[in-house]
Amino acid sequence: MKLIAAMSGGVDSAVAAARAREAGHDVIGVHLALAKNPKKYRSGARGCCTIEDSHDARRAADVIGIPFYIWDMSDEFHENVVENFLTEYSAGRTPNPCLRCNEKIKFAAVLERATAMGFDGVVTGHYAQIKESGDGRTLHRAKDQTKDQSYVLAVLNREQLQGAHFPLGDTVKDEVRVEAKARGLSVALKPDSHDICFVPSGDNAGWLRERLGSEVGPIVDTEGNQLGEHRGAYTYTVGQRRGLGLTVPAPSGEARYVLRIEPKSNTVVVGEREALAITRIEGERPIWCGAAPKLGEQKRGLVQVRAHGQAHPCNYLASANGLTAELDQPLIGLATGQAMVIYEGDQVIGSATIAATA
Amino acid sequence: MPRVYFDNAATTPINEVALQALVEQSRELGNASSLHGFGREVRKRVEESRERLAAILDCHPSEVIFTASGTEANNLALKGIYWKRRSEDERRKVVIISAFEHHAVLDPVTWLREFEGAEVIEVPVDAAGYINLEFLTSALENRRDEIALVSIMHANNEVGTVQPIKRIVELANSYEIPVHSDAVQSFGKIPLSFAELGLFALTVSAHKLGGPVGVGALVLRRGVDITPLLHGGGQEREIRSGTIAAAAIVSFATAALAADRNREKNALTIAGLRDKLEAAIFAAVPDAKVNGGPGERLPGILNIRFPNTESDSLLLLFDSEGIACSTGSACSAGVQQASHVLISMGLSEREARSSLRFSLGLENTESEIDYLNTCLKRVIERARAAYRSSA
Repeated sequence: MKLIAAMSGGVDSAVAAARAREAGHDVIGVHLALAKNPKKYRSGARGCCTIEDSHDARRAADVIGIPFYIWDMSDEFHENVVENFLTEYSAGRTPNPCLRCNEKIKFAAVLERATAMGFDGVVTGHYAQIKESGDGRTLHRAKDQTKDQSYVLAVLNREQLQGAHFPLGDTVKDEVRVEAKARGLSVALKPDSHDICFVPSGDNAGWLRERLGSEVGPIVDTEGNQLGEHRGAYTYTVGQRRGLGLTVPAPSGEARYVLRIEPKSNTVVVGEREALAITRIEGERPIWCGAAPKLGEQKRGLVQVRAHGQAHPCNYLASANGLTAELDQPLIGLATGQAMVIYEGDQVIGSATIAATA
Repeated sequence: MPRVYFDNAATTPINEVALQALVEQSRELGNASSLHGFGREVRKRVEESRERLAAILDCHPSEVIFTASGTEANNLALKGIYWKRRSEDERRKVVIISAFEHHAVLDPVTWLREFEGAEVIEVPVDAAGYINLEFLTSALENRRDEIALVSIMHANNEVGTVQPIKRIVELANSYEIPVHSDAVQSFGKIPLSFAELGLFALTVSAHKLGGPVGVGALVLRRGVDITPLLHGGGQEREIRSGTIAAAAIVSFATAALAADRNREKNALTIAGLRDKLEAAIFAAVPDAKVNGGPGERLPGILNIRFPNTESDSLLLLFDSEGIACSTGSACSAGVQQASHVLISMGLSEREARSSLRFSLGLENTESEIDYLNTCLKRVIERARAAYRSSA
């Protein structure tokens, strides 16, 4: 096959590209430039988009012996990921930009371009497995449970999955590093990237304040009594306990948590932990990379609501534009805007964006 | 798969005789500035090379100042002349350039603006790729006492258009304003006479005419001193310091001689190949357009706009077929920017980003163009599909 290997400059994508090449595929390495002005998003060493990272990707491609190019996806990235991130926060939700990037950039813009140019698919260093069955290709958790990234890939539809290749799904991270060293890849010991790549400082709240303003608003309890002030409601996340700066103790003496964010009135509502317990999750914009359930048919499965969280047993039900999960056990502190991903065993069935909880 | 090199404007293959000269001179022991026999031997070869280059460039040998690159020569000319002229009269802060200079001129001038108080005037360029002489005339007239220097490239590196340097010098001479010209792309390809053009300073480089990378020269009129960039031993006329790179200089002169000796014949051959390539492209892609011209052009440069494509897709696809060409644009951290040259000629960002430069040299053959022709339709179709996918 002719494949495009998306190379971030990190160890995972480098080994993934090397494996694809070794498997006999015709591989071309591509580094995605996601910021027009590198100083804007790439001045720090965080994330995967610094100038140094693009150099690392190039050197890895040299060692592997594949051609290497940089694709400018900065417009697409800004429009689909950065702007969406801001819109979501200003609407009081907590988005996950990595999911968005997989859905709109890596397995959309890049895959479509690759396909148009005569390639058969895109290789990435994600930790997830694709299995072939009579039913077509299905997405599964990685062998390395601690690194499993099937959650952030659950936004792919079946068609996108056709063109996706994850050569690292059957390997644990430590082995990938050992393999990188054996292959002579200088990124073997490069630290994993964390945080959001377009927030180089890692200060998410500060970055949001710069762009969305820092209008002071009230922090209130469930009765509407003002307990304090905040500088931008969107810098809070449902379930958050620290950093509220409240001086009035709760009557019960218990810690207070963010219960909801009301963007229109710029209000943060806090309360006791019990008030965060939910058993019902409603999602919108469902995407099915496994067999889509029949509308209205209740099914058993597991739902995961955080990138590195547990999967919780549930009944789930698909509607035309939505997905509802009823949890067996209540869950604490769930932010809207995150993804709910349905698994059956280790297989990803589908996902939706969390719109409401109860 | 054949490997076809259509990127001679980026760098040329090294001439066999120049390579030999490079290797042989590298074996010779001695610093050209040393006073003993070893040094004198090396110095002799350097001065012979200087004389040879001076003869080709129609200047005096002492006017040739060797540098490590064309970029260095441009920096030396622009900053050196600016500082010198401003120190003579502090009103002289205006630097006039064309809007489509190479980055080796644009960036030093931008630096002068940001750090040295220069005011930069960019002479606009017309759709064919030639500077607006009327604009230049009135800028010279209106700002005559404030102008430090004028720097206009001899031939544009992306579209190959040759600028009316002689006329520009005549205009500037009436106000005694020095003119520098970056002739890196034209030297060895079309006639170039320092004396006849009447220039104050001229930049040339070895690796665009079959010489090695890492050596260039600033031709600077005798009797004028400019402020140096590098301070050290003052080896080159007290204007440029650094141990004289004898082997590179000897190789440069050898390559220049070879290029000059057969210049007219080579130009005809290369222009013939270019025309064949152009015809092949138009036959396969009828809506393609040439950027640059009509008017005098370098024989080897063909800049083509392929509507509804992205040039970086084209480059990748041609590269996959073994064919090397260029998007002709600058890159910052590897991100392709729309070419400022094409933008200055009035192309939209989208048009600029769908343009590709093929630059031909002596080692190209007709069969290479035939080979490109066999890939052309497939490449364009795929690039257009990729373009549609992103639309």
